[in-house]
Amino acid sequence: MDANGAPTTSAEKIKVDIRDLSFYYGSFKGLKNVNVPLYDRKVTAFIGPSGCGKSTLLRILNRIYELYPNQRAEGEVMLDGENILSSKLDTNLLRSRVGMVFQKPTPFPMTIYDNIAFGIKLYERMPKSELDGRIEDALQRAALWTEVKDKLKNSGLSLSGGQQQRLCIARTVATRPEVILLDEPCSALDPISTAKIEELIDELSSDYTIVIVTHNMQQASRASDYTAFMYLGEMVEFGPTERIFTAPEKKQTEQYITGRFG
Amino acid sequence: MKNQARIARRKFTNRMFLALSVAAAAFGLVWLAFILGELFYNGFAALSPAIFTEMTPAPGSPGGLANAIFGSVVMSLVAVLGGTPLGILAGTYLAEYGRYGRLAFFIRFVNDILLSAPSIVIGLFVYEIIVFSPPDSSLLKVCRASLGDYCPVGHFSGVAGAVALMVIVIPVVVRTTENMLLLVPNGLREAAAALGAPRSNVIRIVTWRAARAGIVTGVLLAIARISGETAPLLFTALNNQFMSKNLAQPIASLPVVIFNYAMGPYEDLHALAWAGALIITAAVLTLSILARLLENKRS
Repeated sequence: MDANGAPTTSAEKIKVDIRDLSFYYGSFKGLKNVNVPLYDRKVTAFIGPSGCGKSTLLRILNRIYELYPNQRAEGEVMLDGENILSSKLDTNLLRSRVGMVFQKPTPFPMTIYDNIAFGIKLYERMPKSELDGRIEDALQRAALWTEVKDKLKNSGLSLSGGQQQRLCIARTVATRPEVILLDEPCSALDPISTAKIEELIDELSSDYTIVIVTHNMQQASRASDYTAFMYLGEMVEFGPTERIFTAPEKKQTEQYITGRFG
Repeated sequence: MKNQARIARRKFTNRMFLALSVAAAAFGLVWLAFILGELFYNGFAALSPAIFTEMTPAPGSPGGLANAIFGSVVMSLVAVLGGTPLGILAGTYLAEYGRYGRLAFFIRFVNDILLSAPSIVIGLFVYEIIVFSPPDSSLLKVCRASLGDYCPVGHFSGVAGAVALMVIVIPVVVRTTENMLLLVPNGLREAAAALGAPRSNVIRIVTWRAARAGIVTGVLLAIARISGETAPLLFTALNNQFMSKNLAQPIASLPVVIFNYAMGPYEDLHALAWAGALIITAAVLTLSILARLLENKRS
């Protein structure tokens, strides 16, 4: 067992190691000295009440927070042993390795085909036939291919909400990242679309390290291998999902997962 | 009952308000209808094929507005072709790169002033720097040396007119581009950036595309704005009785011809001025409708 009470077997390699991470919105400290490992090819869920810092934490992992002024991270986030917060690291390259899917579906105003080709073309040159193959593969993986294969030239905006979100997942998968960050990916979707996406997360976890932020406790327990409970910017408890949901060590965790606060 | 009295009073207030706002709206529309009615009545009466083929005449002889229409179209075209890229790039800087910065704040402020600057001041400014160039000024020397007879500096010219119109176009395009880009949700930028796209790709491929209809609308409105401008052309392009295809020379334009003809005592020239006014109004109306259609398509 490591310091967080998680089993560290030799089979489980740490992909991303978050060490002593703090985050500031101006002078407000949104994250307080957070430590948490993300295991390779496992699904880790961040849970906690609104404003606890789970999305903030997620948005540090691909440095997307840097699009905005007055936001600053301190500490270390080691991705395969390299600190991604280092100023020497190219953020665009980092983001091509750490993909992200957002709460609201964000299809680009272009065709379904181009939505997916956009990300691939950023870093790879290939003949059209190969590109077609990559796009089909990504759509297959996102369980969207059968629904859109005859209308790849239609606008991505013409799809339903659930389809749009799967398009966004396909877009992320198509660039072949190593880590996929999901920021409440189902909160704008109906239960059927949600079920499809959870299934998808399960399948993708055999190839990718996945982090999912969710407000839905059942979703965390169904879809993740590890769970981190956060409260007021602090990491309260981290461990295998089964243990967190059956035998939490901290009282706050127990109260939150049983619905007594939050 | 007290309650009923209150309800009756509310109904009365409601009717009063409705009546007042309808009256106010009607008052405004009456004048518009009046102007358009007069314009169409006099304008259509003066319209003939000769308007589009003949040159502006001297009083008493037949003629048309061909050279003025040509001059207006060419100068507007040059102004828009030059002002649009500049305006879009500057607006993009304000909305994308510099959004939170000090420099953008300053540029935005200056642009707002330019946006509301009286066009006659812009005309005078261009007159000062291009038309009225002292014989020993370096601009004039360089221009004469490199362009010879085609040098537009030192006298009234179509180029000076186009530059004046461009100075009016730029702030309009800057403002609409910025506003339209600000309407693009940040989620879209984040989504593109999250795929590893550099800023320039995010802008060119995603945000510009998302804001395209709005930006085109802005350009159309800028054209509408300059097509009736008279003051800045009086000081710059001046006028020309004949068809001039040389932008280095004075060139006729519809607003200036209308101004001159309407001020004069001659009935036949008044008719031509009405026809010119009708043409400008029709052009602006068409552009506004196009802009409105694009706007609807966007939302």
